[in-house]
Order: sequence, then structure tokens, then C-alpha cells
Amino acid sequence: MQFWIIQTLNSVAFGGLLFLLSSGFSLIFGLMRIPNLAHGAFFMLGAYFGYTLLSLKFNFWIAAIGAGLGVGLVGIILERFVLRQLPGNAQGQVLVTLGLSFIVADLCLLIWTGDPMPLPAPQELRPPLRYFGLAFPTYRLVVLGLALVAAVGLYFLMERTRIGAMIRAGVDDPEMARGVGIPVSRLFTTVFLLGAALAGMGGVLGGPILNAYPGLDADMLPLALIVVILGGAGSLLGAFVGSFIVGFLYNFGIALVPDLAYFVLFLPMVLVLMFLPQGLFGRVQL
Amino acid sequence: MKLDRRTAIKGALAAGVGSQILKVPAAAAQAVPIQVGFLTVKTGPLASGGIQMEQGLTAFFKERNHMLGGRKVEVHTADTAGNPAQTRTKTQELVERIKVNCLIGPLAAFEALAIDDYIRSSQTPILTVAGAEDMTQRKANPWLVRPSSTSAQPSHPVGDYAAKDLKMKRVACIADDFAFGHENVAGFQRVFEDAGGKVVQKLWPPLNAPDYATYISQLKPDLDGVYTGHAGSNGFKFIKQLREYGNTAQILGGFTPVDESLLQQMGDDALGAITGNWYSAQLDNPINKRFVAAIQKDYKVDPGVYAAETYLCGEVLEQALKDVGGKIEDKNAFMKALKSVKLKESLRGPMHFDEYGNVVGNNYIRKVERKGGKLVNAVVKTYPDVSQFWTYKPEEFLKQPVYSRDYPPAKNLEQ
Amino acid sequence: MTRSSIIWLVVCALLLIALPRIIIHEFYINMASQVLIFAILALSLNLMLGFGGMVSLGHAAYIGVAGYTCILLTIAGYHPLVAAIVALILSTGCAAIFGMLSLRAPGLGFLMITLALGQIVWGVAYRANTLTGGDNGISLPARPMPFGFDIRSAESFYYFTLIVFAVALFGMWRFVRSPFGASLMGTRDQPRRMRMLGYNTWRIQWLTFVIAGFWGSVGGLMYVYYNLFLSPHALTLQQSAEILLMAILGGATSLTGPIVGAAIITLIKNVVSTYVERWNSLLGIIFIVVIVFMPLGLVPGCRALWRKWQARHKPPVPAASAPEPAE
Repeated sequence: MQFWIIQTLNSVAFGGLLFLLSSGFSLIFGLMRIPNLAHGAFFMLGAYFGYTLLSLKFNFWIAAIGAGLGVGLVGIILERFVLRQLPGNAQGQVLVTLGLSFIVADLCLLIWTGDPMPLPAPQELRPPLRYFGLAFPTYRLVVLGLALVAAVGLYFLMERTRIGAMIRAGVDDPEMARGVGIPVSRLFTTVFLLGAALAGMGGVLGGPILNAYPGLDADMLPLALIVVILGGAGSLLGAFVGSFIVGFLYNFGIALVPDLAYFVLFLPMVLVLMFLPQGLFGRVQL
Repeated sequence: MKLDRRTAIKGALAAGVGSQILKVPAAAAQAVPIQVGFLTVKTGPLASGGIQMEQGLTAFFKERNHMLGGRKVEVHTADTAGNPAQTRTKTQELVERIKVNCLIGPLAAFEALAIDDYIRSSQTPILTVAGAEDMTQRKANPWLVRPSSTSAQPSHPVGDYAAKDLKMKRVACIADDFAFGHENVAGFQRVFEDAGGKVVQKLWPPLNAPDYATYISQLKPDLDGVYTGHAGSNGFKFIKQLREYGNTAQILGGFTPVDESLLQQMGDDALGAITGNWYSAQLDNPINKRFVAAIQKDYKVDPGVYAAETYLCGEVLEQALKDVGGKIEDKNAFMKALKSVKLKESLRGPMHFDEYGNVVGNNYIRKVERKGGKLVNAVVKTYPDVSQFWTYKPEEFLKQPVYSRDYPPAKNLEQ
Repeated sequence: MTRSSIIWLVVCALLLIALPRIIIHEFYINMASQVLIFAILALSLNLMLGFGGMVSLGHAAYIGVAGYTCILLTIAGYHPLVAAIVALILSTGCAAIFGMLSLRAPGLGFLMITLALGQIVWGVAYRANTLTGGDNGISLPARPMPFGFDIRSAESFYYFTLIVFAVALFGMWRFVRSPFGASLMGTRDQPRRMRMLGYNTWRIQWLTFVIAGFWGSVGGLMYVYYNLFLSPHALTLQQSAEILLMAILGGATSLTGPIVGAAIITLIKNVVSTYVERWNSLLGIIFIVVIVFMPLGLVPGCRALWRKWQARHKPPVPAASAPEPAE
């Protein structure tokens, strides 16, 4: 019984972290059809920015927002000066975003050395919660809460605001959206800012669990891709549900069949793609 | 672009040539500087250890003023990027284009194994730091010496110490699921169980696992200790997450998890961790004191095992050069000298090599303590003259398969 | 083929044949062999990418399947030729299965399935210690002796690689120029129209996938013959991405593009990295600059520049859009 409770908690907490990681990827892909392979690099960059802000004695939450904005800025630069030149060129987009992730990884190594950097959680969240003899890290539950807040916030943004309506229109039919006078290009920049900022913030919020270290980008990117594939690109609900499915698959899969630790995520993904190419809630033809 | 190395070499050349003009021809052979190829990782996820290796070697040659055995030494550093194919190419470049007299490095086992056949065919003496057991055991390479340790060499004493001194009965082992982790854990398990302890759990998270929550939650509640054989930054992540889950088990470990290079970042989570290693920045000998001061002065950190490894390689190289009177060009004589190096005093204490080219020397049990406001690996026990075979007979040892995930078999696992 | 392109071809062929005599140095001859091996891999991937519009991130799987099979059979005592043939058959068989799985999803889905399959092959290689040696890898005892020729030296191996490369290039060129190749490009550009015309587009793409897999396996075998060693690092996502980048960087719409791309990336990784510590950043900058200024890749981009210049009949000025990024 205890095993099931703890692993369920692990799964939802990890799922929350994955939502912070992958919602931005899903947004960008859904609206712009850009497979942004620099997304893992954005996450890592956020973690490093957060580390620096924390070492300058900033408050943890302010560091998270600051790092998010910093990474968002990098996202804008990438979108404005590079991706804008390559509309509809998927191969080119893959190449430049991979190229950017090379540069980011290399510069992080130069600036922050190769040693892992811890991002300490706020003092009051460090002691684990104890309940009927079960101990669970308080901070992980906070991350889950933040992911839920982010999900609700994004939902309102997408469903209840003018800009959200424009984004949805852009996702469903970019040609038509342009036709009715929606400023698609400004919209693209906004979405890229939002997606990159979410990843950067995710990097800081994940920091107390994962630390900032070289290779964090490569560890996280496949997870983001898997979430988006399972849930379906361009759909927030998809990213949300996909994150928790992956959280459960990862934790229970490894616990129950440790020998399949390497395949526990990829096999289901292949199956989903074969029978549901659009993912569970996909709005976009991949 | 970094030009300092190349300009330094030019300067050294000029100085070497200048000083030689007035000398007698007999010394002309000595005029040519010794070329040392240094294989390390400077980019990619393994760069942390590779950069420290470079710091250690730089500190050594700075201390010796780039002179060994009466000859100038030039070091050529190559970045392997932690990739076997690239390691091979870089090694070929060092051997064929630069014509190095010997090699130091590489860092990882798979890098060393990727160049194993090339080292044999090109007959290049190499001082390695990679831990792969079989390079000095069943598939010993005649051109190789290893002054640091095999993957399992420092874990044997931890098994002994945990069973006899700490009176532990039940321990769980967790390590990265790759050769180094397998060998590291196997050594601990073998000695611990031979001394009456039981390894009741073995967990193998993938090397790139982002989160250990699912493994930590599986650890049994009534353990005497948890042995971690994680490498790189994974040990750091694991210990942090273990404490995050309120698990206060006694941490045991091999020579990688609480390395000095990570220790200050780990904070109180690491306090009390007991690990086995052939080195600690706390070692009380004059050579180490000088080394620690130099590293602290130049890099503002305590040296860890990676920096110590290459400094030690330098010491061994120096002794071998003294023994052959600087004539490194006679490969066979030099290799013989390398293997028979016996240092009464070195960074790690007294050391020599066994017939397979692997080190025999002190191994230390260390405990993480707070000393003068910072965390250190305080030495709590010294095991002298530890060989790669521990106390087992080499012939018997080598008859058995190489250490792996399932060897020696764990007989006491509990479901 | 026009006259000028025939002249080009002859000049290039003579250059490649004379190369060891020009560069002499063993290390650089080995470098040339590596470039040719990666050119085979990039060209094979490019059959899918440039002519079929299928972006794959799992090509390193063929290095793995072909390489491990060949090494394991050689260690088990089979004749090298038997080992090579079985490796190619097995690896191409994998391609046939992978193709069936991948082609169920279009676009990014295809990319993701190839990535997943590549990861699965990597996972098997990494995990199956007893078979593959896991992370430590396994060694091929010796290079084979094709038709009794000794290819242990750098120069003889280079010629062996050159012959294999020429055969592969010719095979792929014939494939692209064949009616089947035309139907493949038709499928890339106008899938609906092709279906209307009665073509089975799925089968066209699948066959291309298999052929690309076959040539990829040939490249994988050569990789193992060259390195005499294989470990899971050669099967990683990064390795697959590098092969993809080679194809795109040079220009995926031509046969020369991937060769140029393979040369640039191999040289930066192995030669430039000796002098530039931040070679990873340099690589990234090159990708971005090339794609922004020459969206189709280097070779078509330079060709366009050349035509522009020819049209002007002026000596070229070092324009801002020069393909070489500044240091």
C-alpha cells in the first residue's frame, strides 16, 4: 500500500515538473509548427540563470521569474532573427535550433564550469512532510501546485483573452488567421517568448530537484518530446494529461520492471504514434 | 582562441634551443623536449572531471617548471569530448602528427578501451586514470600503467570497513547502470558479504535518469547503510534527493560521490558520508599539502580525485624518467622503468605497481566532516598496500569473470 | 549529365585518388577516410531527407545493428565476409521494420518515431552487457582482408573506403535518377496528386526507407572497420543528429551537399577542435549562419552565389553573406 501511495505521489509531482517543461514546447509547436529542439537548452539555461540570481541573494521566486524572462529574451532573439527567416522550412528549423542548443550548452560550460550547481529550495519548504509514517518532500508538492496554477493560468490566457483567441485561430488555420487581419508575426514572437519563459522558469523550479549541470538539456529534451507526442501538439490539455501519463509511466514503469528502464517511455510513444498519430488531444497534424 | 599553450611551447622551444647552442653535442639528444600527449574531456557532459584533470597536470608541471629528469617537457592537450571515436582520432593525432613519447589519460573507461588496440600496435606508453578493471587484469595491456585505481579497488576496503568497523549487516547498493557503476558496487558487495554482511538490494538507475525519486522510494526502511557508486554529478543528485525524502540512512560510497570538487556545493546533506578512496585533500603529507595549496591558490577550490590522478601520473612519469636518465626514446626501457616505479613518498603515500601495471598503495576510509567552516573528507582509517585483487589470490581472482552487474552474484537480495 | 558536371566529376575523382599522395600524412589520410565514411552515412540519410522529405533522427541505429552484428559474428569465428553480409541483411531487415512503424505518422511524428526507435536500439546496446559489453563497448579483432588485400595501413584503408564510397555514391545516384526516384520526389512534393495518379505513395516511401537503411548499414560497417571498436556512444541521439546535420548543412537537395557537410563537421570535430576550445559553439554558429543565409544548405547556396557572380561578370567582392563565418 505504502509503495502505491508514494509512487503515485512521485508520479504526479514529476508530472507537474514535466508540464512546466513541455507546455512551452507544445505552444510553440502548435502555433508555429516549429520543432524547437533548443527547448531542453532553454530549460537548462533557466536553471543556470536561476543559480546565478540565487547566488546574488535574490529571493527564490523572484529568481524563477527573472530567469524565465531572461530565457524568454533569448527565445525572442532566436525567433526574430533566425526562425523568422525560415518559414515552413522544417529541416532548417531543426538545424538552427539544434545549433543554438550546441552553443548554449558550450557557453554554459564556459560560464558555469562543468560542476553541478545546486539551487536550494526556499528554507521553509526543505523539511519533508511526514504523514502516517510516510515522508514526502514538501517542495515537490509545491512544484505540483505551481504546475496546476500554470495550467489554469494558461487555460484562461488561451480561452478567455483576445490574444488567446488569436493564438487558437492561428493554431487551427494560420492562413485564415492572416486573412482576417490577425497580426500573426507579432503573435509568433509573443508565443515564443511565452514558451521559452515557461521553459526557463521550469528550469529554476526544477532546480532544487534536478540541479543545474551540463547535460541537463539532453536529459530533458526527450521527455518534452514524449509528453507532446503522447498528449498531442498544440493542445494545453494534451500537454497536461501527457505530462502526468509520462510521470506515471516513468515512476511505475521503472519500479515494476526495472529492466525496461530504457524503454519504458519510448515503447508507449511508438504505440501511440502508430495508432493515434495526432496524440490524445492533438489539434495539429504533426 | 587560446594561444597561451602554443606560445608557451614556442617560448619553451626558443629557450631550449638557445640554451643548447653552447652545449656539447653529447647532450644534443637531451635538447629535444619530451612530448607528452594529454587526453582529457573539455567539452560535453563529462567536462567537469576532464577540466580538473587538466588543473592537476598543470599544477604538477608548474611546480616542476616543465622540467623532468633534466629535460624540458611539452604537454599537448587534446579534447576527446567523452566520445570513443573522437578519442581514437585525437590519440592518432598525438602519436602520428605530434609524435608524443607517452600519453596521460583518458578519463573514461570506454575511451581507454577504444584506444586499447591502438596503444598496443603503436607501442605508446600510457599512464591512464580510467578505471576499467580488465585493462590491468584479464586483458592487461603491456604499454599501460594505472597509478590511481581500478573501479573497484577503493570499494573493497569500504566493504571491509562497513562489516568489521561499523558492524553493518544490511546494505542496499545503488549506482549508475554502466560498467564503472557495476564494477564499483561489485567490489564492495564481494568484500562486505565475505565479511558476513548482506547486500539486500541492488538498484541500477540509467546514467541519464533525471530523477531518482522512484528508486529512493523503493529503498528498504531498515537498512544499516546505502552504498552509492554514482559517478560524475549523479552522486551529488542522488544524495541530495535521498535527504529530500527524509531518508537519513548512513551513506557509504566509492571514490566518486562526495568528491572534494562537489563537496562544498552539497552542504549538510553529505555530512557523515563514508567513502573509500586512494586520495583525500586532507591527506597529511608534505607533497599533498603543497598540491592542495597550489590548487586553492590557482582555482579557489580543494582538489578532488580527478586533479589528484593526473598530478600522480606526473610523479610516476618523473620517477621513471629519472630511472632511465631522461632517455624516453628507448620505449622498452622506459616502459620497464614505468612499471617498476616505486615511490616512498607521493601524493597518495607510498606506492608501486603490480605485475599487471596497476597500482598498489594506501587506500583511505574518509568521512565527511565540517572543519573550519567547510566540508572535508577526513581520513578515519588507512588500509596500506591495497592491490586491485584486495586480499584474494590474483590467480583465483583472474579465473573468475570480470566484475559486472550480476557478478559476483548477490545471494541475499530481498524482494 | 552536362559536360561541365562530367568535367567536375572527373576532377574530383582524380583528386580523391591522388589524395594520399598529396597530403602524405597518415593522420590526415585517416581523416579523409572518416570523411568518406560519414559521407556514406549522410548520403544514405539524405535519400529520405532530400528526396523524400522525411526528417529522421534515428539513423545511428544502423551503425549499431550492422556494427554489433559484424563484430559479434567475427568474434564468434565466422569469416569476415559472412559477418559483413549477415550484418547488412539483419540491419536492412531492421530498416524494413522501422520503416513500417515510422511511416504510420507524417512529419514530426515520423521524426519522433525514428528518434524513439534509435533510442530503443541504443537502450538495447547499452543494457545488453553480456552481448555488447554495454558502456565499455567491444572491439573488432582486426580489419577484414577484402579479396586478400591487406587494409591495415592508413593508405590502403583509404582506397578501400574510396571504392566502397564510389559504389555507394553510384548506387544512390542511379536510384535518385531512376523513374522510382522521380516518383519519390513526386511523393515529396505532391503526395495527393501522386495518389490520384495511382501511385502507392506509402510503398514508395517505405522502399526508400529500406534502401536508405541499407546504405546506412554499409556506412555503419565501414565505421566499425575504421574504428575497430563500437560502443553505445555511436548510437546516441547526438550521433543521429550529427548525421542529419551533415545532410542538411551541405544541402539536402543534391548528392554533393551531404559530402560537403560530412567533411565540414568531421573536420571541425577532429581537427579544428585542436585549435579552438569552443568548437561546439563554432559548430552551432556555422549551422545558424549557413541556414539563415543559405536556407537550402551550403552547396546550393554557393552555387547560387556563383551564378549570381557569373551573371554579373564581375570579380567577386567579399560580400557580407560569405559562407565562411568569421572566427
